[in-house]
Amino acid sequence: MSSSAQSVKKDKNWTSRLRKSTLETMEPQDLLPDNQPAYVASWIYVFGVLTIASLLMLITTGLILTLEGPSWWHISSVGHFFNSMHLWSVELFFVFMVVHLWGKFWMAAWRGKRTATWVTGVLAFGTSIITALTGYLIQTNFDSQWIATQAKDGFNAMGIGAFFNTLNTGQAILLHVALLPLVVGVIVIWHILLVRRKGVVPPIDNDSTIEGGAF
Amino acid sequence: MVMKVDPSKKWTGPVRPYDIIKEGVIAVVVVAVLAGGLSLLFSSPDDKAVTLKSWSNNNAADFVVTATGELAGTTTSAGYGAPYNHAGNGPTLGPLKLQDWVGVHIPVDPANDFVVKPLLMLNDGNATAAVDTWNAATVDQQTKWASSYADALGKSGGATSVADAKNQFGPVPGMVSSLLGMAKTGALDGALTTSETPLPTDFTKPLLFLADSEGYFADMASKQHLSGDQWGVMNETGSWPGQSWLWLFSFWYQVEPFKSSGNADTLVMTLMGLLTLSLALFPFFPIIRKLPYKIPIHRLIWKKWYARKL
Repeated sequence: MSSSAQSVKKDKNWTSRLRKSTLETMEPQDLLPDNQPAYVASWIYVFGVLTIASLLMLITTGLILTLEGPSWWHISSVGHFFNSMHLWSVELFFVFMVVHLWGKFWMAAWRGKRTATWVTGVLAFGTSIITALTGYLIQTNFDSQWIATQAKDGFNAMGIGAFFNTLNTGQAILLHVALLPLVVGVIVIWHILLVRRKGVVPPIDNDSTIEGGAF
Repeated sequence: MVMKVDPSKKWTGPVRPYDIIKEGVIAVVVVAVLAGGLSLLFSSPDDKAVTLKSWSNNNAADFVVTATGELAGTTTSAGYGAPYNHAGNGPTLGPLKLQDWVGVHIPVDPANDFVVKPLLMLNDGNATAAVDTWNAATVDQQTKWASSYADALGKSGGATSVADAKNQFGPVPGMVSSLLGMAKTGALDGALTTSETPLPTDFTKPLLFLADSEGYFADMASKQHLSGDQWGVMNETGSWPGQSWLWLFSFWYQVEPFKSSGNADTLVMTLMGLLTLSLALFPFFPIIRKLPYKIPIHRLIWKKWYARKL
């Protein structure tokens, strides 16, 4: 065990323990870098930041839709445009995220104690899928009605439908607008901080330590 | 010279200039332009929601058959089981009855909730008398009446009512006819949503009733390629892209043994849960974590770096 880890363990002060295990693990250069290792030179690296940009676009267009309520986009051309922006942003979000995910797989990006980064990425992917489903449930049109009646069987089959009732539009709205974006946001921020803290994984060959790795 | 790299150590080799804020801003602008352009070009679909009113006016025969089925206990909702009622067992995973583990959490009694109770809200003498006769009968008698009427409707070739020549339908034709009239005015939509609160956000009852329709709601979905056997889970109405990220989820429903299994929902949900967990645990699977070494796609990704070393 390293001396810093020992000092964190011995420290009884919750605040200083939190500071030491978070803020003090990163230099300002790690958080807001103005240079990168020379091997970070490929188009594949663009897809991570494009995924985050799409998430920001989703939050922005979602907030605009929230201001006028769930029926606005049915009766207003401006509302319909922002609904379209929200739809196309989520399509782009998943395209970018999947390319990013497979890019990281072929880079074996979990090497060098980066397993937690990989796991939080998959967590972000999974929670994004649930969040997107709740978005489709609150369209308040035929598509949302059909999806609700079909999706209920999947959730009911696992005993989850008793708590997440896809036919309850009000519940789906609250999940989509309040709870799930918060969950996705926290996981994505956690993921980004891990990336910044650990740095970008170096090229595969000539590793002195390869494969797997602990948290 | 070959450089040894320990991926767990902080990089101390050559670096190149990088501006994370500038990259982020450019990415946001690119996504805004892409999403905005796609929105202007293709917009987004918005097929109007279906109501019990539109269903009863557009396909009265199907509405009448479904309502009779609710009274006979033969619809999907009537035999569903948890979390709505005790009428069915639901799918299982081997010996595990996952659907039943919470029990009835959202109580729905289709015959009473979709037909009987709404009719009592009508304050119509004939409807109330028909309901009184229904309520006074035994469950066996009720089922016999409703099943006989359902058979007669089935043989009628799309009629919305059948004369009771042999006196075997009891009050069912009157009840269903009154419910049809109620639905056509839109009153049934209100009755099913406001039974618990005057300002509803929960559409469980009308949607379950609607989903029991086999000749209207499901037909509409099928025409929009939304049915389960049409990869409907990942589709959207019209030609717009839907939840394409659910392609694997949708795929399992197209192949055996899931396709014909009565437990397909439990099996597919469990499988997808395990696959997602496996994806998260890729770094721990010896064969999978070696794939990036065996299939050298990383040679393309780090092409410039490898060329530089040579």
